[in-house]
Amino acid sequence: MFDRTAQWRQPSLRTVRLVVEVSELTDEALLDGLQRAAFGYFLSAVNPTNGLVADTSRENSPSSIAVVGFALSVYPLAVERGWMLRADAVRRSLSVLRFFRDSDQSGSPEATGYKGFYYHFLDLHTGLRVWRSELSMIDTALLIAGALTASMYFTANTPEETELRELVEVLYLRVDWLWSQGGAATIRQGWKPECGFLHYGWDGYNEAIVLYVLAMGSPTRPLKDDCYEAWTATYQWENLYGYDFLYAGPLFVHQFSHAWIDFRGIQDRFMREKRCDYFENSRRASQIQREYAQRNPHEFAGYDENCWGLTAGDGPSDEMPEVANERRHLFGYAARGVPYGPDDGTLSGSAALASLLFAPEIALRAVRNMGQRFPEMLSANQYSSGFNPSLAGTDGRTWVSSGKFGLDQGIVLMVIENYRTELIWKLTRACPYISTGLRRAGFRGGWL
Amino acid sequence: MLQANTSFAPVTRDAHERERLENLHPSEWRNPQPVDRYHLAVIGAGPAGLVAAHGAAALGARVALIERELLGGDCLNSGCVPSKTIVRTSRLYAEMRNAAHYGAQIPAAIGVDFAAAMQRLRRIRARISRVDSIDRLRAAGVDVFFGEARFTATDALTVDGTRLRFRKAMIATGARPDTPSIPGLVEAGFLTNDNVFDLTELPRRLLVIGGGPLGCELAQVFCRFGAQTTIAQDMPLFLPKEERDAAQILSDAFARDGIEVRLNTAAVRVRVEDGQKLVELISDDYKSTVAVDAILTGTGRLPNVEGLNLEAANVDCDATTGVRVNDFLQTSNPRIYAAGDACLEHKFTHAADASARIVVQNALFFGRRRLSALTIPWCTYTDPEIAHVGLYVREARDQNIPVKTFTIPMHEVDRAITDGEEVGFVKIHVKERSDRILGATVVASHGGDMINEITLAMVAGIGLSTLARVIHPYPTQAAAIKEAADAYSRTRLTPTVQSLLRRWLAW
Repeated sequence: MFDRTAQWRQPSLRTVRLVVEVSELTDEALLDGLQRAAFGYFLSAVNPTNGLVADTSRENSPSSIAVVGFALSVYPLAVERGWMLRADAVRRSLSVLRFFRDSDQSGSPEATGYKGFYYHFLDLHTGLRVWRSELSMIDTALLIAGALTASMYFTANTPEETELRELVEVLYLRVDWLWSQGGAATIRQGWKPECGFLHYGWDGYNEAIVLYVLAMGSPTRPLKDDCYEAWTATYQWENLYGYDFLYAGPLFVHQFSHAWIDFRGIQDRFMREKRCDYFENSRRASQIQREYAQRNPHEFAGYDENCWGLTAGDGPSDEMPEVANERRHLFGYAARGVPYGPDDGTLSGSAALASLLFAPEIALRAVRNMGQRFPEMLSANQYSSGFNPSLAGTDGRTWVSSGKFGLDQGIVLMVIENYRTELIWKLTRACPYISTGLRRAGFRGGWL
Repeated sequence: MLQANTSFAPVTRDAHERERLENLHPSEWRNPQPVDRYHLAVIGAGPAGLVAAHGAAALGARVALIERELLGGDCLNSGCVPSKTIVRTSRLYAEMRNAAHYGAQIPAAIGVDFAAAMQRLRRIRARISRVDSIDRLRAAGVDVFFGEARFTATDALTVDGTRLRFRKAMIATGARPDTPSIPGLVEAGFLTNDNVFDLTELPRRLLVIGGGPLGCELAQVFCRFGAQTTIAQDMPLFLPKEERDAAQILSDAFARDGIEVRLNTAAVRVRVEDGQKLVELISDDYKSTVAVDAILTGTGRLPNVEGLNLEAANVDCDATTGVRVNDFLQTSNPRIYAAGDACLEHKFTHAADASARIVVQNALFFGRRRLSALTIPWCTYTDPEIAHVGLYVREARDQNIPVKTFTIPMHEVDRAITDGEEVGFVKIHVKERSDRILGATVVASHGGDMINEITLAMVAGIGLSTLARVIHPYPTQAAAIKEAADAYSRTRLTPTVQSLLRRWLAW
């Protein structure tokens, strides 16, 4: 799916400087630096003509609609932090929202979308489907979540901001969420013009709560009433390493929906039964990652209580010539998780950081520790998608995924912002569609 | 499938096969003169039929046992027994290749001797066939009839023209492979469990169609024997009944072994070109063709209910689900019962055995034992093995039972670490806020043996808190179960209890 070329990196002067910085900076300064660097991705990876944002910084990368969702969410915080003029943020947002409104919705193999959903990967310049990618329900949801975030922030009574809000309304209301069930009990994971709905459904637990919330909240074509319950039917409440939690292996599953929705203190039926909430659950999931890394059952280099982060992301693969001598199976771009893997020694620095909201102490300790020990996983203060200390040569150089991934930069930006100011959460808490979706899914209590 | 009586004749005519045949269907056999009326007529001499015949005869009943092919049924001849022998051989090859992992030297050359593995299979199968032999049945006083059984009335049947009257009868005719309807498959030729154990040469390239227990076990075996193996499963995961983590671990294990895993993939057409079988595969919008030398199908099993003339006996049946029975295993004819694969959803040898015991009691001794009261575990003998008993989490939640799982990854178990067998887990599901065990899944190198302790606890009504008091020798892999029970005990240490304990100790 991605260009899997990677490179061996020497720590640059810049990363050497970071090592010093990481140990000396206050938490606030450290986070500010990381957040601002991550924002740099969205400045450099955007196509100013249509507002689409590249999936990765690699050559010829297409746009991922999910990364566009992150972009729409982070422009407001950039305005708040003085990194971008409000007018510029509005212009960029308008540009991409107009593009989606006017895009080819015929569902043909070369279109942009269908039924209000969009293909996962679009040509950065033409905005048309590439890689025969699927019409993606979750990625459309992340795009729409970003659009709603923008509409909650840009509330000025100006022609531009009014148009922005109207565009978001059009995009959200035209999504045919009901269709995405494909007649099944849960939302399907995708659809292709070549074969119809894909085999897989979005069955819990995974990152798709935000998808369900948006799909339940729609006043036009919402899901059936029992759809959310069907999604929770596959939940597994497990006691692992001494923690009770709603099980999912990869860390991003426990993080992505929280970038937009404040799950503190609100509970659906399942969480009421378990006397927990999704926020607390993500805290426990972070602890379990740490426990796993400490146990390090496969004896990979680097893993310990302050070096963890198994998640979906890029890693070395068996096909790469530079790791030809490696006997262990390598998984390339994969959803790594605990405790059953897949685990090939690849970690993600941004995944540990993205636990900042739930478990700030252990996340910050990990951020500092990993930054000091493996500075090469950051370049220009931006996280690479993955690094693998077990594939270090005799000179100590660690395998690092080449380029940067928009999803990693987006989650870093949003998590840090919610940790610092709760800006995104404040915006989405006021969004009636999200409140309605949460209530229809059975959420009660807390801020709701 | 109804076949000519000679279809069971072994392909390989060695001493082992001659012994097996003599034990299970002697060439010189003459059916006995039937008695006036049998207490129990058993149709089919697989695991269910043999258990019922021996059990009823031991209790003094006059028993007729009718078999058209070989005593022992699929389990002995073309199922559990032969497959487990080659599972073991293939595990050994995998261990040899992985010797460095155990601090041992990888043998300089690991040449797979497929013929030797299959000879061992035949030797062991012949040995185990002695248990199911005609001599033992005769010694037990069972009248054995070889031939096709056909009901002629509600209390009578014929075996190749000989009329047998019965007070009670049990249908235990088993099941056969369900052949997928793929155009060109029959013409190209394919293997099932019926003939795969007759192979004398290892296919160089093998496609396994179907990711159920049989397909999974044999895909791994043939891959480890050195066949270039592809497995195509028309679903997102293997073993679709099992929980996702178990199936995912199996997918990963297959990938490690070098099996080409094709999930969500259907085989849609087969053709033969230049002596090789070309199979078209389709996965969503992705089409491809694999070239192989053999195709093995493992796409489910169909009950053997044709040819029995069940209508004459007023016995209802369905071509897919088999003979219709109530919870007492009684058919629509109260004289006639059924057991084993011919009527059960869970087509396992041990389920056949257990159901046959119910039939003997219910049919002959006015018993009221119920099928639904059984706790039936099962196991798929891949590496790692995947064993399950009781409810899955999904089933418990469907029944609105709040469920909590105590999970011990095998990498937490000292003996699994010392054995280098850390892949897998023990998951025990309990009713939330209680220690009542609802079910369990064990994925481990010896998961099939480990599940027994949990089955025992469930049958005996023992909860996790009692299991926590069961001392396990250190170190054993089954200690994982004790660790799960200990994890349960720790959850009893609520903050209130902890505070009380602190106050007590401070005193």
